[in-house]
Amino acid sequence: MDISQMNIRQLQQALRDGETSALELTRVCLARIAAGNEQLNAFVTVCEDAALAAAAEADRKLAAGQGGPLTGIPIAVKDIFNTQGVRTSCGSRMLENYIAPYDATAFAKLKEQGAILLGKLNMDEFAMGSSSENSASGVVRNPWDTERVPGGSSGGSAAALAAGQAVATLGTDTGGSIRQPASFCGVVGVKPTYGRVSRYGVIAYASSLDQVGPLAHSVEDAALLLGMIAGYDAADSTSVDCPVPDYLATLNQGVKGLKIGLPQEYFIEGLNPAVKQAVDAAIEVYRGLGAEIVPVSLPHTDYAVACYYLIATAEASSNLARYDGVRFGQRESSETGGLVGMYEATRAAGFGAEVKRRIMLGTYALSSGYYDAYYLKAQKVRTLIREDFTRVFEQVDLLLTPVAPTAAFKIGEKTDDPLQMYLSDIFTIPVNLAGTCALSLPCGMDGQLPIGLQLIGKPFAEATILQAAQAFESETDWHQNRPNI
Amino acid sequence: MKITRKEVEHVARLSRLALTPAEIDGLTGQMDQLLGYVEKLDELNTDSIMPTAHAVPMENAFRVDEVKSTIGLERALQNAPLSEEGFFLVPKVIE
Repeated sequence: MDISQMNIRQLQQALRDGETSALELTRVCLARIAAGNEQLNAFVTVCEDAALAAAAEADRKLAAGQGGPLTGIPIAVKDIFNTQGVRTSCGSRMLENYIAPYDATAFAKLKEQGAILLGKLNMDEFAMGSSSENSASGVVRNPWDTERVPGGSSGGSAAALAAGQAVATLGTDTGGSIRQPASFCGVVGVKPTYGRVSRYGVIAYASSLDQVGPLAHSVEDAALLLGMIAGYDAADSTSVDCPVPDYLATLNQGVKGLKIGLPQEYFIEGLNPAVKQAVDAAIEVYRGLGAEIVPVSLPHTDYAVACYYLIATAEASSNLARYDGVRFGQRESSETGGLVGMYEATRAAGFGAEVKRRIMLGTYALSSGYYDAYYLKAQKVRTLIREDFTRVFEQVDLLLTPVAPTAAFKIGEKTDDPLQMYLSDIFTIPVNLAGTCALSLPCGMDGQLPIGLQLIGKPFAEATILQAAQAFESETDWHQNRPNI
Repeated sequence: MKITRKEVEHVARLSRLALTPAEIDGLTGQMDQLLGYVEKLDELNTDSIMPTAHAVPMENAFRVDEVKSTIGLERALQNAPLSEEGFFLVPKVIE
C-alpha cells in the first residue's frame, strides 16, 4: 500500500478496514522525519513519544469503531500555533524555550477530530519572510532542490508535506505565506477569507491580515481540513459568524458556466516563461472544461506591495511590543540596568535582523509626524485595492493568476535585498489586503521545480475556488508529483 | 535621503531596541530604500478615500461579562523569565 498517494479519506478507510494502523502511519512519518530533517530542517520540534502514544490510543478507538474523521492521521503545524505543553518558538530566539500554555483553536479542532501531532514546523521568524531563511532554527530547504528555498513564511509546513513527513499541515498566510510555499513545494495551500478561521492562539504578526489555512496533497484533503477548522470562535472577536458550507458536498460540481477572470496586471513582463506557460496551459484546461475566460483589470495591483509593507510592519511593531522579557520569552539584563534597559537588551538579543527591520519600519510609519504620510496613506490605498476586487467580482466568479513570478529561488539569492524579497509576493499580497480567499495548487514544472496556480474567490466563497481547483486536479497529474528525497 | 542616521537612532529608542552601530548603519540604508519605494503610493490621489483598517466590515464586538475559568496562575507564570510568590519579577522601576 502506497500511502504517499492516498488522501485522508482513503487513509481513514484503510484504518477502519484494518489495512493499516495509526501506529504504522505515524511510524512512517517519524521515519521520514528522522531520515530527512537534518537536510531539510522542516521540523523544529518532533513529538515522537507523544505521537506514538496518541497513535496507540487512536488504534484502540479505531478498533472500537470510535473516533473522528482524522483519528489516526498524523499531521504537523507551523510553530506559530500554540500547542499546549509543546515548545512553540515561532522561529525566534525570543521564544526559544516558550512552552505553550494552551492550544490554538484551529489546532484544537483538528485534535478533536482525532489528528495526531507529529511536531512543529520551521518558519520565518514571527512569519516575517518569503523564504524560510529567517529562522532562529536555521534555513529550511526545498525537497525538490535542496539548494533552493521552500518559500515562506510557512516553509516548513510545505517542505515537510512535500517530503511525505506528514499527511497534512497547518500554516498561516499574511501576505502569501501559505500559497507561495505551497507553490514552491508542489502542494495545495488555502488562504481562507479573513475571519473564516479563528486566529486564537496563533502568534500575531499583522492582525488585520493574518489568516490560518491548511496545506495538503490534494484539493479534497484541503477542503476536508478547511471545513474542520473554519467557523466562529468566541475567543477571536474578528472571526466571522457566518455558516460554514460543506466544502466536500460541492467539490465535484465542475466549472461549466463559471466565469474566470484573468487580471491583466498579473500577466506582466518579468513573469518567468515557464510560469507563464504553465498558467496559460491551465487557462486552456479550464476553457476545455466549459469555464468562460474573461479578461479583467485590478488597476491598483502595482501599489499592493508598498501598501502591505506599511500596514503589516505597523501592525507588527505594535504586536511585537509584548516581547518585553517580563511574562514570557527570554530576558537579557543591560549594563546600565533598569526596566527600559532590560527591554532594549532583551529585544536586541531576541529578535533577528528581518524582525528588527520590520519593527523599525512600522514604528517609523506610526510615529508622530509620519502617521498620515505613511500609515494612513497606506490604509486609504488599501481601500482602493479592496474596491478593485469588489468591482471585478461583479463580473466574474473567481480569478486565475500565477502564485509567484518564478519557481523556488536559490538560498541566499535575495537575502541581501529586502525589496527584491518583498516583491516575490506581488501576486499574493493583494488578496490579504482585500481580505478575500485564495488557494495555490500545482499546475506545472519549471525543470524539476513545481509551479503553482492561484485561484482567488469572493469573500467567504472558498467553496467556489475549491470546486474549481478540484476540476483542474481531476484533469491533470501535477499534484501526484513527488520529490526524490 | 528619506531618513537620517539620527532618525533611525530615534526610532530604535521608540522600538525599545538596543541596536549596534553596524545595525544602525545597515538599517539607515535599508529603510531609506524601502521608504523610497513606498513613496509610489503618493502617485494616487486619496483625498476622498476612507481608510480601511479591516477588510471585513466589523463593529465593536461585545460579550456578556461573565466569570469563566482561566489557565491559572501556575501555567500563566510557567514561561516567565523570573517570578516570585505568584508575581512576575521585573527590575526596579522606581529608584
